[in-house]
Amino acid sequence: MSELPGDLKYTKEHEWLRQEEDGSVTIGVTDHAQSALGDLVYVELPEVGQDVECGGDMAVVESVKAASDVYAPIGGTVIQVNEDLADDPEKINADPYGDGWIVRLQPSGDAGDAMDPDAYQAFLDELDE
Amino acid sequence: MGSQTPLYACHVEAGARIVDFGGWDMPLHYGSQLEEHHAVRKHAGAFDVSHMTVVDLSGAGAAEFLRRLLANDVARLKEPGKALYTCMLNSAGCVIDDLITYYLAPDRYRVIVNAATREKDLAWINEQAASYAVEVAERPELAMIAVQGPEARSLAAPLIDDQWREAALALQPFYALEAGDLFIARTGYTGEDGWEIVLPAAQAPGFWRQCLAAGIRPCGLGARDTLRLEAGMNLYGADMDETISPLEAGLGWTIAWEPKNRDFIGRRPLTEMRSNPGRRKFAGLLLEGKGVLRNHQRVVVDGKDDGEITSGGFSPTMERSIAMARILAGDYETAQVEVRNRLLDVRVVDMPFVRNGKIRIDL
Repeated sequence: MSELPGDLKYTKEHEWLRQEEDGSVTIGVTDHAQSALGDLVYVELPEVGQDVECGGDMAVVESVKAASDVYAPIGGTVIQVNEDLADDPEKINADPYGDGWIVRLQPSGDAGDAMDPDAYQAFLDELDE
Repeated sequence: MGSQTPLYACHVEAGARIVDFGGWDMPLHYGSQLEEHHAVRKHAGAFDVSHMTVVDLSGAGAAEFLRRLLANDVARLKEPGKALYTCMLNSAGCVIDDLITYYLAPDRYRVIVNAATREKDLAWINEQAASYAVEVAERPELAMIAVQGPEARSLAAPLIDDQWREAALALQPFYALEAGDLFIARTGYTGEDGWEIVLPAAQAPGFWRQCLAAGIRPCGLGARDTLRLEAGMNLYGADMDETISPLEAGLGWTIAWEPKNRDFIGRRPLTEMRSNPGRRKFAGLLLEGKGVLRNHQRVVVDGKDDGEITSGGFSPTMERSIAMARILAGDYETAQVEVRNRLLDVRVVDMPFVRNGKIRIDL
């Protein structure tokens, strides 16, 4: 299992958040999530300008055998989406914390239940038992 | 923990992601099911199919028994080693299982049935065999490895004993050879050329390792499913079950109606169903846009939504979503599928989608 990047926060739905310098938040899914999903073949992205609620539908990632909803870990407005995923959804599998980023939001303040890397790791360890 | 095949340790060693399949712990993939799929279409892949059920039938009444038990007719198998694909029907003319049967000698046949249906198949076969001069022997001590792909036979050939190698390579499609401890059949579930090899469990890990060392890539159930879907091959439990006749599962071609006096189990209700004009048809669907079709999604034709996807998925070879579906009878080229509350356009196509590495439909 790869190490969790230290500069990210994590959720129980296996998403990560990165606070950017300009106040925006970049969001993706974790290595645990991409491994569970398997090879991804399509990603449905939200529209730029769309408002998302904390915990609401934000994107859909589709593997061969299942479609999985990606929920917004924090409320806000979509300011950018990773267009590369339209042609190369497997970037999420190959580089979930880097090239596989999914959405960038301008947060509306509601931070949800994001965890530190240690807390997420402990959460993962509990799942394995 | 479920049942494990003799190759379980090999799969774990190779980093396989293990999942439950019909009570068996099986490899879903060894890292990338898409790469494994492409490996089979372009080169060669190896599948552990030891979870499947091998049943040997012997005795003077074996042929007569199988001619009653199966919808296809084993009398068509006149040469040793010749095989056929068939459904085994219940008395309502619906499918208990699909299987391949191999003629070995006038009093010896081998039948290979699905893993998930093992118990009910064996119970049914034994029950039906009671009034025939036939012995039914399950062979649980045998393992099975499928090597599939354009390079599969040539890469696996050196692993076959000198004594048998030439005969193995000379096998025609749907023929098998008893080669010492190995039973080699030129059959498969991928739409590519290859062999399915039945062998003693104790020899399986060694043979598997030799296959991998020869450059045949280990492939899991994920790739097995995308390959068979592209090849237009049915999956029991999804495309048909005990409430579905072969006529509504695209398997009418496996029924031997002649000779008329062969009263196989299910013949009478099947004959009635044959003349029913409202009978649904079984067809392939190609999704026009992006997305993935899924099992049980409703298919809409002319405003009627009583069609259903039986096997939905993604074709790695075509990079499009495809499906098998049971839909309204009639001649039409397009339909729609309900996907997460939207109606998406699909094209109705004849299967197979892909065979022998080539895309067979117009994209």
